[in-house]
Amino acid sequence: MIKAILIFNNHGKPRLSKFYEHYNEDTEQQIIRETFHLVSKRDENVCNFLEGGMLIGGSDYKLIYRHYATLYFVFCVDSSESELGILDLIQVFVETLDKCFENVCELDLIFHVDKVHNILAEMVMGGMVLETNMNEIITQVDAQNKMEKSEVSLTLFDIYS
Amino acid sequence: MSPSVPLQEMIRAIRSARTQCEERGVIQRECAAIRAQFRQADNGGRSHNLAKLLYVHMLGYPAHFGQMECVRMIASPRYSEKRVGYLGAMMLLDEKQDASLLITNSIKNDLSHSNQYVQSLALCTLACMGSAEMCRDLAPEIDRLLRASNSYIKKKAALCAVHIVRKVHDLGELFAPAARSLLAEKNHGVLHGAVVLIIELCERNPETLERFRKVLPDLVQIMKGLVLSGYSPEHDVAGISDPFLQVRILRLLRILGHNNEGASDAMNDLLAQVATNTDSTKTVGNAVLYETVLTVLDIKSESGLRVLAVNILGRFLLNNDRNIRYIAMTSLQKIVGTDHNAVQRHRGTIVDCLKDQDASVKRRALELSLALVSASNVRSMMKELLLFLSSCPAELKAHAASGIFNAAERYAPSQRWHIDTILHVLTTAGGDVRDETVPNLIQLITNASELHCYTVHKLYRALLTDISQVSVSNQSEIRFVTEDDVLDALETVLQSHMSGPLTACLSLHHFTTASRIRSIVSIYGSCIDVELQQRAVEYNALFKKYDHMRYATAR
Repeated sequence: MIKAILIFNNHGKPRLSKFYEHYNEDTEQQIIRETFHLVSKRDENVCNFLEGGMLIGGSDYKLIYRHYATLYFVFCVDSSESELGILDLIQVFVETLDKCFENVCELDLIFHVDKVHNILAEMVMGGMVLETNMNEIITQVDAQNKMEKSEVSLTLFDIYS
Repeated sequence: MSPSVPLQEMIRAIRSARTQCEERGVIQRECAAIRAQFRQADNGGRSHNLAKLLYVHMLGYPAHFGQMECVRMIASPRYSEKRVGYLGAMMLLDEKQDASLLITNSIKNDLSHSNQYVQSLALCTLACMGSAEMCRDLAPEIDRLLRASNSYIKKKAALCAVHIVRKVHDLGELFAPAARSLLAEKNHGVLHGAVVLIIELCERNPETLERFRKVLPDLVQIMKGLVLSGYSPEHDVAGISDPFLQVRILRLLRILGHNNEGASDAMNDLLAQVATNTDSTKTVGNAVLYETVLTVLDIKSESGLRVLAVNILGRFLLNNDRNIRYIAMTSLQKIVGTDHNAVQRHRGTIVDCLKDQDASVKRRALELSLALVSASNVRSMMKELLLFLSSCPAELKAHAASGIFNAAERYAPSQRWHIDTILHVLTTAGGDVRDETVPNLIQLITNASELHCYTVHKLYRALLTDISQVSVSNQSEIRFVTEDDVLDALETVLQSHMSGPLTACLSLHHFTTASRIRSIVSIYGSCIDVELQQRAVEYNALFKKYDHMRYATAR
């Protein structure tokens, strides 16, 4: 099970925080800070697995992360997930973001955090991996965005008719 | 106009704040505006306001006043509003809040909505934060969706069922038949969800596990299809067909085969096929291979297959990718007890990993190396370990030192070798040696009476080069070294602040001659450390009263 998915930048500013278990607001922020602290200390040439911090879980939990340019992508998982599998999943996530935003960069995530949530919702659900096929994910995300857009234009139509 | 524009304007405003204080100000103003908007009956920009609130929540500002708005949005007929409402519910609500009960009805209605994307929103939210009551209430609906809907919904319903079973254990029985029939699906997303559900059911209930052993042939068939089939562009990831699904099925096979001969036999051939056919030059291949290894080692596999698995781990140790080396180490650590001989074959590679740059790999290599020391390899292993000790990172020194002591104690080929080793450790990492090991050392030296002279020599030389925990234990057998030299050295030890009170104590214990002693000892009569003080006073008393019996009592 995936307990949380966090994206933050090199200074620890959160760009996406998705928790699959409920914590109150203060604890969530503490977890983000602690995770940033643990992950940012790591050298570039060490492995991508860290034993989890105190707050988010204890000995059964690991932090699996990848560092892309200015962003850290961190998945906090328990032993039921394959570590290498999660690393591959992070790769799929980033590639999907890249496809959806066309050469995604940090600014895209900042200004379109709701879209990132929508994309993530097609990949991970309730802390479990849902879909790993990039094309399938993008197809569904596009269809849903189309639906939203068509609703907006309907509203405008209502106003003017 | 894209629905997100007001959100982006707010984000821009927040980012332009130059200080934390300014940012707080901007956010407080925005929240006040949002609050006011929530109180208004109906306005066009409802979804924007909630989206803004969720952004602010991510940054760590309070957003609880948005909970009721989430409930209202979820009940809206418009998809864009439902979407933000459900997202808000997942971020702001949990079963402890009263507001979460209010969305149960909306979820129930949305589960049978004509639009699959609305259904999917409801499924997602239920799987994230559904309480036990909600789960009980909606379980039959989920079961219906598992059987009769399109693949998109089926795959989501499967994971939703997993959540339900976690919340309400007895509902596992309800989903077992549907889970079984899902294995006949072609869609990989659905298959994946089905396998996750079956894993959950089997882990919860041993009877269910027993029943699911019967579907082993189906699982083997699916795996064979993935591993041996030709190129399938839809599922291909770097030459491997749906590695995520393969890994998931291997996990289920592990659960089914654990402690069960029949099931383990049935999957033996398949596992051998996966192990030999999977391309290990790409990382995705390694994920599958690794999962195969873990499965082989956890079931009742035949010895040939086990050796194959350990060899794969051995190959992983030579991989350029640090992650692969790390997980290989972790796995070898777990099996070094049960498959000791197989792991011993890779001892050379493991010892090489002591020199790895990655601290986590080093740590694993140390633990593994200590576990692999045996009577036959103790001399060569100890050489490597002592070499490691001299250059290892500070946080590992204490662990390494005590590990070496233990190994030396168990397998020392001779006492002289043993003492040499211990002294070597003390000189290299004396400061990191745990206090409780020193008395053991003293005991050992005391017992090796024929080596006292040799020991004293070495200790004295060691004292001269490095003053730390090197305490002198048996100075009364001095023969070739003058007593004054020893006293000089010991005095330096006492005065050095690096050595702990323990060392000072032990040093005090063994002064045998010279009146210099009295002066030094009396200084310690007023030492802060109680034990030192006590010893000092005791000795002073001894010196005064029983001068002629000094030699006898000094031991």
